[in-house]
Amino acid sequence: MRNVFAVARKDVLIEWRARLLLVRVLPFALLVLVLFAVALDSEALLTRAAAGLVWLAAMFATLLVVQRCFDIETADGALDMLLTSVVEPSRVFFGKVLAVAAQLLVLVVVLLGGAVVLYGVRIDAAGLVLLVTTVVTAVIGLASVGTLYGAVVAQLTGRDSLLPLLAMPVLAPLLIGASRATESAFGSQTIDLATGWAWTSLLAVFGVVFAAAGAASFATLTEPDA
Amino acid sequence: MPVGSSGSVIHLRDAVVAPAGFPALAGATLDVGAGELVALRGANGAGKTTLLRLCAGLAPLARGAASVLGVDLAGNRATVRRSVGFVGHRNGLYGELTARENIAFVATLVGATHDEVEVVLDGFGLVGRLADTRASALSAGQRRRTALASLAIRRARLWLLDEPHAALDVDSRQQLDRVFREATASGVTVVYTTHERYTDSQRMPRTITLDAGRVVHDHA
Repeated sequence: MRNVFAVARKDVLIEWRARLLLVRVLPFALLVLVLFAVALDSEALLTRAAAGLVWLAAMFATLLVVQRCFDIETADGALDMLLTSVVEPSRVFFGKVLAVAAQLLVLVVVLLGGAVVLYGVRIDAAGLVLLVTTVVTAVIGLASVGTLYGAVVAQLTGRDSLLPLLAMPVLAPLLIGASRATESAFGSQTIDLATGWAWTSLLAVFGVVFAAAGAASFATLTEPDA
Repeated sequence: MPVGSSGSVIHLRDAVVAPAGFPALAGATLDVGAGELVALRGANGAGKTTLLRLCAGLAPLARGAASVLGVDLAGNRATVRRSVGFVGHRNGLYGELTARENIAFVATLVGATHDEVEVVLDGFGLVGRLADTRASALSAGQRRRTALASLAIRRARLWLLDEPHAALDVDSRQQLDRVFREATASGVTVVYTTHERYTDSQRMPRTITLDAGRVVHDHA
């Protein structure tokens, strides 16, 4: 676990110093929310679509965070250093998932705040518990899938455009699940809390499957000149 | 120190590495023993970097036989990678971290102590304000020293370095040569590529010259 936390701490520290989340990702994600509000221009419609819009913005932002997460390894050949170190590749994977998840957690909390302000959504106590659980499980899922596909394209040219092409179809089920569960937490008329919890359980399974797949395949995916 | 059945830390027989189909290493044969200091020389494109990457487990062996620290490179590159220290053309540093933080990160991975980090920083002249300067703000020579310090903290038994003297001033080059001598005296094997001209025969390491991907001269 020491190496997992060392990799995660290093990535978060680099992000904190570079301020990418603060100056690029957060403004981008909030802009997406604002633009949806302007485009839809209907409070009733926005309230209903709020959950989906939040997670859509989070999904786009995930791609930026993941790209950055691997850019720092390839910029000065640090990946070679990591590969020729004693640390197990699966621990590098989990460290990166942890760092990406921490950044996404901040991002989603801000986006949810934005949804409350811009779209006028309301959350009661029962919904809040579901919302917190949904956010945590969905963020772990986003981070696991993102990191897995980030590793796939890390050493390829044109990775900036390849990552969305490869990752977004896989992220689609997660987007649906997180949106439905969040909609339920927001007090939707069409999805009750029990159904919301069912979607959250599905998100948890999704996260576990991709975290396990990422840990198992990270060594192969980062194998140099294979 | 783990060595192969041949007693060599590096054992290559007609080793071929062909990235993208081109044989950058076209049948290299050599043996390097424990505690040796070896300089690889040759023109650009002679195969020096490819040979280092092969020995580091970073480039796949296409044909021939190769083992490093007793591990067959054809079968288990990942094991080799975890046993060697490698610094390539690029330094492998994180620009937003300070020199100390870069070295401390590697130290955490290998279980080295804070005191060891300070000793290594001191040994490579990364003291005072320099140690707490972000790598992106360091000069090329200072970044090189930070990368080499990161390597030293790893306690690897085989160091593979691609032009470690590049961008270093005269004092730093001498300091680096001193580090190499101390490392080899403690049993570490050091193999590096260089374009340096050694005028002092007593300082001259074993020199292997490559041309067109083959070993053409081996001067002990």
